Amino acid sequence: MIDIRITADKLDITDCLALTEDPRSGGNAIFIGNVRDMTNGERVLRLEFECYKPMAINEIRKIAEAAIAQFSVRNVVVHHRIGILYPTDVAVIIVVNAGHRDKVFDACRYIIDTTKQRVPIWKKEIFENGAEWVAAHP
Amino acid sequence: MKLNILAFGITKDILGAAEKEIVVMEGISVGQLSHILETDFPQLKQLKSFFIAVNEEYAEGDRIIESSDEIALIPPVSGG
Repeated sequence: MIDIRITADKLDITDCLALTEDPRSGGNAIFIGNVRDMTNGERVLRLEFECYKPMAINEIRKIAEAAIAQFSVRNVVVHHRIGILYPTDVAVIIVVNAGHRDKVFDACRYIIDTTKQRVPIWKKEIFENGAEWVAAHP
Repeated sequence: MKLNILAFGITKDILGAAEKEIVVMEGISVGQLSHILETDFPQLKQLKSFFIAVNEEYAEGDRIIESSDEIALIPPVSGG
């Protein structure tokens, strides 16, 4: 099972766990990414996320399918929030499960790392004195 | 032919709009379009990376663009 959501609404880990509930799965790995309040010593007031939604959903689906094929996991949920987020807000939740625990850690890490490399979602950090698109410049 | 280009993230700031219509020659490739855009908007060259998506997929430089294609500029992503 694969469930992908990109939404401006608050993310809910309980929803994600309900979606992956599976009597054949004995191990679950969860990654939760939330907004930090500092970047390189500068206070972050908020993040503004935007995305190219149809392509972002396609890319996340490819990543989830690759994770299932490569690590033999059973279920993958990726929920990503967009819009304006403040420190401590949850930006992404990934839940992966499988029959046994060994592969779920690797699959979960693969999904978040590849999401950060390929999925067309962008965030702008808003500081007290300015703003910057994250990772845009070398 | 006319192309409608979608711009996201920092490329939206560089182009000054979320969508821009440009006129290009028929049979243009993704690489040629990229070169034209970098000439018109030199700030694109300062980005860490800059890809063009065609119909919601990352496109290689030799891909030929049709006027009906959906073209999007993909600056370095930063989700997660």
